Amino acid sequence: MSTDALTKVPHPVPLAVRDLVKHFPVRSGLLQRQTGAVQAVDGVSFSIPRGTTLGLVGESGCGKSTVAKTVMKLLEPTSGVIILGGVDVTHLSPAAMWAHRRRIQTVFQDPYSSLNPRLTAGEIVGEPLANFAIATGSEQKDRVAALFKRVGLRPESTAKYVHEFSGGQRQRLGIAKALAVSPDVIVLDEPVSALDVSVQAQVLNLLIDLQDELGLTYLFISHDLAVVRHISHHVAVMYLGRIVEMTSKAQLFRGPRHPYTEALLAAAPVPDPARRRLQRVVLAGDVPSPAKPPSGCRFHTRCPLADAACKVTDPRLAEVALGHHAACLKRPAMAAV
Amino acid sequence: MTQPANSQVNILEVQDLRTEFRTIDGVVRAVDGVSFSLKAGETLGLVGESGCGKSVTALSILRLIDPRAGRIAGGSIRFEGRELVGLDEAAMRGIRGHHISMIFQEPMTSLNPVLTIGTQIAENAARHLGLGKKAARGRALEMLDLVRIADARRRLDEYPHQLSGGMRQRVMIAIALACNPKVLIADEPTTALDVTIQAQILELLAEIRQRLGTAIILITHDLGVVAETCDRVIVMYAGRMVEAAPVAELFRVPRHPYTRGLMRAIPRLDLDAEGEGRRPRLTEIGGLVPSLIRDIPGCAFAPRCALAGDRCRSERPPMLDVGEGHRAACFEWAHGFEGARRDAGQAEGVR
Repeated sequence: MSTDALTKVPHPVPLAVRDLVKHFPVRSGLLQRQTGAVQAVDGVSFSIPRGTTLGLVGESGCGKSTVAKTVMKLLEPTSGVIILGGVDVTHLSPAAMWAHRRRIQTVFQDPYSSLNPRLTAGEIVGEPLANFAIATGSEQKDRVAALFKRVGLRPESTAKYVHEFSGGQRQRLGIAKALAVSPDVIVLDEPVSALDVSVQAQVLNLLIDLQDELGLTYLFISHDLAVVRHISHHVAVMYLGRIVEMTSKAQLFRGPRHPYTEALLAAAPVPDPARRRLQRVVLAGDVPSPAKPPSGCRFHTRCPLADAACKVTDPRLAEVALGHHAACLKRPAMAAV
Repeated sequence: MTQPANSQVNILEVQDLRTEFRTIDGVVRAVDGVSFSLKAGETLGLVGESGCGKSVTALSILRLIDPRAGRIAGGSIRFEGRELVGLDEAAMRGIRGHHISMIFQEPMTSLNPVLTIGTQIAENAARHLGLGKKAARGRALEMLDLVRIADARRRLDEYPHQLSGGMRQRVMIAIALACNPKVLIADEPTTALDVTIQAQILELLAEIRQRLGTAIILITHDLGVVAETCDRVIVMYAGRMVEAAPVAELFRVPRHPYTRGLMRAIPRLDLDAEGEGRRPRLTEIGGLVPSLIRDIPGCAFAPRCALAGDRCRSERPPMLDVGEGHRAACFEWAHGFEGARRDAGQAEGVR
């Protein structure tokens, strides 16, 4: 099996992107000429060390799901580079991409719409095994049974259909399907957002166990700061197509440096009535349209610290403390050593 | 927990409410014996996971249960002393949207896409307050100012699709408040919104309560939202109340094993950061919510509860008073310290 050789070589950085850009053209008029672009992702770079989780957090429209789709090559990037296990896959044709598909799998928010309702659960998990010629016949059956057991589903439920499962079980099924081809990287796009609290805890625990056991690398996308803090090793905060802050989990939550991150943390409700009514910054206004992002710093229209310079100068992501990057003119970078 | 004056009067009293739905598989007891009262200017949280009956409780109060699918099978709902169960539809229409109004999770599906927002706010004011066209429009403008929509005069003539999600929810609140209701029921009002917009809407609701003295029933699955906004909380599970308490009391000493489980299951932002790489396990509540079709003779949570004994499985625990205005439907906690010790021992064992 030649594809097995590919997956058995552990690369220290299974997933990295450099200056990733994804613009969607806006067309108008009789001739449908391109008159603008939605800058969904506009120059995003990160790399995820093997066996760790990068949490990608931000509000709707910040481009986090577009990053996921582009990294999966479900969308063609406008520019930039995607490096999967040390291989530049940015411009690979679908046929050439096939050999690399096994390395990266995905789990979506709503397993109900991402799992085929006409197949049994066993067929859903067995399908990738057959597609990648990993296992057939009774060997496939055994592997499916083992996967079911691993994600906490009863082996006899292979005969059931998706609608017969509860929300949490469906998400386990989605995870089993992603695991079937032994990937290096799993892109998790809001995997627990649709689940109830008690079930969410089960799925988060399962994801952490699997990562520790199999050395998986996660790109974990969520709008929920508490969930991101729980599962991540590093966190990147996105706003209007850009990463505005990126560092280790501990540094980000202990000492955020970007005013947007500060506002997000202040806005998140905390389950402790003793802590409410503290003076907190409530960010005014809405997120501007990514089709017409503000000049200068994209956050300046809502930023409590913004001044004239912020309207003009677009801040770069710079190191503000060791291993801590933020894009803010008001939080100057470390002096170069 | 500051409450405006005349906060001692109960404007809404719900007694032993039971709401059922007929399905092919049998009768679903969606709400099974819910009782509470609501005072003027108070914010009451109804909290629980999907299917616990919190939304059906709200729909029952407004008598919005589709008669082809379900019915209020028993109990009483008294608004300012007047019984709403059995009230005819015409009389109910005079209450709904006027004295008691409601906002929903997804404003886009509750707003009419082909009418301007000014028309939609004015419509409600005209119907219930008998205002003329001009006065109703004036009222609409006033409401948009109240919910802090900038440039209100221009916004009056805009359509829902021209507004952002947060602004649509503000418009829904404006419609709901146009007739000065005594009670506002908010069903997951911020669940579809981003966290910075959620903070704005929660602040707006708090401000409205302060200024107008509107009592609010806030339905949510989010314990963080409850902690930030409510005075009292009712925790529901499988159509039943399992715990009721003032908010500080509930978070200080949650009594019911289900509430305790929920609080341990959520990842926390406020607890101090663990080490760089360490990720503590969340406490899971094993098992699944029971089917509400089968009659559950004992405590509905017993099959998932580490403390459950024989009595819990055979006899339904009533809401027992544990002091400080705190009630819990759990036999184990009736033992007081004994139960508490055992629970603590359990937690110790898990660690």
